[in-house]
Amino acid sequence: MNMIQAINSALDVVMDRDATVTVMGEDVGYFGGVFRATAGLQAKYGKTRVFDTPISEIGIVGVAVGMGAYGLRPVPEIQFADYIYPALDQLVSEAARLRYRSAGEFTAPITVRSPFGGGIFGGQTHSQSPEGIFTHVSGIKTVTPSTPYDAKGLLIAAIEDNDPVLFFEPKRIYNGPFNGHWDRPAENWSRHPAGEVPTGYYRIELGKANVVRAGEAVTILAYGTMVHVALQTVADMGVDAEVIDLRTLVPLDIETIEASVRKTGRCMVVHEATRTGGFGAELAALVQERCFYHLEAPVERVTGFDTPYPHSLEWAYFPGPVRIGQALKKILKD
Amino acid sequence: MPGDRTNLPRLALHVPEPQFRPGDAVDFAGVEIPAAGAARRPDTAEAAGEFRDLAYTLVRVLDENGRATGPWDPKLSPETLRRMLRSMALTRAFDERMFRAQRQGKTSFYMKCTGEEAVAIGAAFALDRDDMCFPSYRQQGLLIARDCPLVDMMNQIYSNTGDKLQGKQLPIMYSEKRFGFFSISGNLTTQYPQAVGWAMASAAQADTRIAATWCGEGSTAEGDFHSALTFATVYRAPVIFNVVNNQWAISSFSGFAGAEATTFAARAVGYGMAGLRVDGNDILAVYAATAWAAERARTNQGPTLIEHFTYRVEGHSTSDDPSQYRSAGEPTAWPLGDPIQRLKDHLIGMGEWDEERHAAMDRELAEQVRAAQKAAEGNGILGHGLHQPLDTLFDGVFEEMPWHLREQRQMMLDEETASGRPWDRK
Repeated sequence: MNMIQAINSALDVVMDRDATVTVMGEDVGYFGGVFRATAGLQAKYGKTRVFDTPISEIGIVGVAVGMGAYGLRPVPEIQFADYIYPALDQLVSEAARLRYRSAGEFTAPITVRSPFGGGIFGGQTHSQSPEGIFTHVSGIKTVTPSTPYDAKGLLIAAIEDNDPVLFFEPKRIYNGPFNGHWDRPAENWSRHPAGEVPTGYYRIELGKANVVRAGEAVTILAYGTMVHVALQTVADMGVDAEVIDLRTLVPLDIETIEASVRKTGRCMVVHEATRTGGFGAELAALVQERCFYHLEAPVERVTGFDTPYPHSLEWAYFPGPVRIGQALKKILKD
Repeated sequence: MPGDRTNLPRLALHVPEPQFRPGDAVDFAGVEIPAAGAARRPDTAEAAGEFRDLAYTLVRVLDENGRATGPWDPKLSPETLRRMLRSMALTRAFDERMFRAQRQGKTSFYMKCTGEEAVAIGAAFALDRDDMCFPSYRQQGLLIARDCPLVDMMNQIYSNTGDKLQGKQLPIMYSEKRFGFFSISGNLTTQYPQAVGWAMASAAQADTRIAATWCGEGSTAEGDFHSALTFATVYRAPVIFNVVNNQWAISSFSGFAGAEATTFAARAVGYGMAGLRVDGNDILAVYAATAWAAERARTNQGPTLIEHFTYRVEGHSTSDDPSQYRSAGEPTAWPLGDPIQRLKDHLIGMGEWDEERHAAMDRELAEQVRAAQKAAEGNGILGHGLHQPLDTLFDGVFEEMPWHLREQRQMMLDEETASGRPWDRK
């Protein structure tokens, strides 16, 4: 399966098991979603469980919170993460705080799916990575998969989780594992082992990272598309890096991170999102606090620039193999 | 010549201004008050477009002499009317007591609903007990009408050992699932789309329960209001939207929410929704309108928006001084009077009530509130030490506590030890 098919399969499996799971969003119903993630679900489960919504992100998330309070398990879709901002108040002030402010009387067991990330010539409003805005909010879990196998297992776990989850899907790797070499032919998931996805039910526990490449020289913390870019770069450079796919940003798998950095003595953080105030800053701070005496070099951050995401200059902006390579040389020099 | 605009009239920005400011004499003669009984009562099964006229008038039942008149008279039993009167009087007594408790420093904050008691209590009597309410912060009457123990409400206000919200919430931001009262948020109008979602879920599950929600006229300007009305119309959600038009949003008069140009009930027209404008100080009109809207919702005819035309008699909150921005004469000059007085006059006119019984009821309610306050204060008041175990601060952020919260909780407990101020042992 590619990642879209894996997400579709996760929704199908979980809707089949739990009649309260309800899918909603712009174009997700009859049409099956602009990325086809919900294709076939309305025909199979009916219009009261899979339905199109008005174009209103406040409404989509606000209504989902109310449905959750009733006892359903809504899975709203925000068509692009760039368009999640109108729903910010409902996510930050309501979904994230409902359990806390009602001391558990009401909860918001919602999973907001949203395609995020760049590398597709999406320009300013189809490329953003806003995860850092949400990792800053107490009460929300933030998840992002990097393979079809993980996407399905993590999405099922997210939907079954009783806390609100933001599920950011890296749309650049919906069809294949993009390695950062935009000038080479695109790969697809059919030749990748993580493209093998069971058709039935399985879960990948939230809060657990995945060591996708064991190594001794440096620890690379990445998620989403950047996992593949990092893997390709260390392979090209012959660096014995340990690459960790975080999978869940909140709650974070701090144990796996600590164990790796204590072993390698070096740590690099890689994300597409802009640098200042990004999630990489939190990761760098945590590593510095917890592994200070094991560090042999400063923690490096390889990120998007602090600019809006450009259109024509996409590959100058995207933190690709060259930027990662230079940072690797720098961190390994000492 | 291009760019030469000197011969064109100059534009002017209109910034609304209320009629009366501090020191002004008040004359509400300009407020149009249609006669009680004049508004027609259509069949609830008619299409929403059939009763736009009702969005521009006022549904009123009680006339100037306290008589019930016209097609909206719900013809309630004297016993029910007396229970309504009692709920309104109890709400006012509760407000007065808690306002004083705030002034005495026993809690940090309070908000009264004086003059607006009929809005919440009329609705509470018209709805079923298991219909779900998504209130704003000024519908405490819903809880009182649904017999929520006063002590529980006061415990929340005092953030004490009896506060089931564990001192986490600002006073008056109740959450009472057992009384169909959704957790109140400080963020305005967020409850509107949530009520729609709850109602949609109820419909999707082929349930029979409906939802109702409230916001002030000032809050109708929020984006959530528009989204909620759109979704409710699109899915024909079984929900009642209440706009409590009490003329004031803190210091801003209703003109800043659009009232100079139209009514708030008229907002419904553009969404293709039924809209009613109701005398919010006439509990029989509020009851009748809510019952009508509930019938529409229960028969899958869709949502209704009700504007309750009323007046905020007191300050916005204990942190507000209305004498800074409006004339002190407004509350007494308000042409729709006081909701408690009007129902009292009605019952007396029916021969079902008298001054002596009313005075006795007021004494009894004052005693009930005083006794509840004493019991609640037995559980502690705000500022007198810690009332909840210290580490509850971290409970309920997530269902299970992740490592970073466990670490921070330990840090807090260590701080408590190091400070020499044993917060959790008072």
